[in-house]
Amino acid sequence: MPSFDLQDAGVRELNAYLHSDGSADQAVTVEHPGGKHNVAAGAMHDTRVDIHGHVGYYCAGMNDRALVTVHGNAGPGLAENMMGGEVRVRGNASQYCGATAHGGLLVVEGDAAARCGISMKGVNIVVGGSIGHMSAFMAQSGILVVCGDAGDSLGDSIYEARIYVRGRVSGLGADCIEKELGEGHAAELGALLERAGMDPDPSGFRRYGSARQLYNFRIDNVSAY
Amino acid sequence: MCGIVGLYYKNPDLEGRLGEMLSDMLIQMTDRGPDSAGVALYHEPAPAGSVKITLQGPDDVDWGGVADEIRDGLGSRSTLTPLANHAVVVAETGGDADSDRIAAWLEERFGDIRVTSIGSAIEIYKEKGLPAGVIDKFALRGTAGTHALGHTRMATESAVTTEHSHPFSTGRDLCLVHNGSLSNHNRWRERLRRDGIRFQTDNDSEVAAGYLTWRLGQGAGLNEALEAAIADLDGFYTFAIGTREGFAVLRDPIACKPAVLAETDDWVAMSSEYRAIAQLPGSENARIWEPDPATIYSWEKH
Repeated sequence: MPSFDLQDAGVRELNAYLHSDGSADQAVTVEHPGGKHNVAAGAMHDTRVDIHGHVGYYCAGMNDRALVTVHGNAGPGLAENMMGGEVRVRGNASQYCGATAHGGLLVVEGDAAARCGISMKGVNIVVGGSIGHMSAFMAQSGILVVCGDAGDSLGDSIYEARIYVRGRVSGLGADCIEKELGEGHAAELGALLERAGMDPDPSGFRRYGSARQLYNFRIDNVSAY
Repeated sequence: MCGIVGLYYKNPDLEGRLGEMLSDMLIQMTDRGPDSAGVALYHEPAPAGSVKITLQGPDDVDWGGVADEIRDGLGSRSTLTPLANHAVVVAETGGDADSDRIAAWLEERFGDIRVTSIGSAIEIYKEKGLPAGVIDKFALRGTAGTHALGHTRMATESAVTTEHSHPFSTGRDLCLVHNGSLSNHNRWRERLRRDGIRFQTDNDSEVAAGYLTWRLGQGAGLNEALEAAIADLDGFYTFAIGTREGFAVLRDPIACKPAVLAETDDWVAMSSEYRAIAQLPGSENARIWEPDPATIYSWEKH
């Protein structure tokens, strides 16, 4: 099993390995990340990566296929622009986790800070704790699930992403409104919670989304989202 | 972008390692601020009835000559301890007003020497260049003390000079380091100047330090002064603030500038990034959290 101790090896060495074909179907452990930046960025293959410790900026950015688990906290920009696979943080994540992410599943078991899921474009994000202000700003598509509370201006200028929050929402941003949580939504939410390893019971959640007054929405185009 | 670090001991047994631990943190912040670096150290309080003043001179300063003149001008028991182009003066004082008079005399008497701190415990060392160079120049690793702040600067709004480097101190034993940029500092600088606060540069962070000095001078406690700062200072900031007995951290309500706090039974540490904290003994078991926006975190010795 390949192992990288970042006290000795450079982050580039780790990432070059994760970009190489040889990393496919491997399980990789990373020790002593020490808050370093860009740990496991751009992993391209079906690789399991377990990072033991806290990471700095941009961990698992652009993740394509790997299953990356941080057994610790993550700094700003976790899983920024991830395309697929799964990124999981056992602790807390700093600001703008999952920003602009196109696909895959991002799970933060603790809290996520401000601007979680900002401009998300198809990723599914599940946060076990609470999220900070301005989360899901201009979120275009995908699902954001928050088991705790959400800070101010949730979903400001949101497009067609769907937001589910179980706790208190400090305030909704421009053009974001509460919407009915129907049976289909409950099924979608329960399935996502289960995939994320959380309590799959969707009761107690509320759904939020776009009032579609701020952007030029045409019902004829709904299938495009 | 800038890097800031702060270290405050709860366990006095660690005081001998202040310089070493702070230096390890500061080096980690090199790539956040390679323009200049500086530290404020709180240690070796001046005896009662004395004031401690940090001076910063040109590289070819003749501290021996300055020391002679200080003994003539400020009394024979005045001392000057040089450290490269900085020096610490300890002189007898009749009180705060007298300390200000002494500082003004020093700057007037020696035209190319600037006063960078006044107080009883604070000393400030700062210089252009990489943190590693600044640490070596002022032999920081060997310094003991109760708490300290550090800053690595990547300038965005004013010149890269030693004068513009952080930390800034505008009041007795008070200092501030800042990551961010203030947008209403010019107006506040003018207002504070009218109320008697002295500024040495056009730097925005110096205005934040001056603002706190002004509020504290009006009788506010540190937490009250910081509460008022949230309303009055507009812009982006993570501040770390040192006082003679205390240490505080504050982020603006938008909180786009990073900050991490960590606490153990032995110390409290803050930094722009966790990798600075990771250098500290015991960090693996520290309680670690991101400070909330517009929320004051402070520690004080009682």
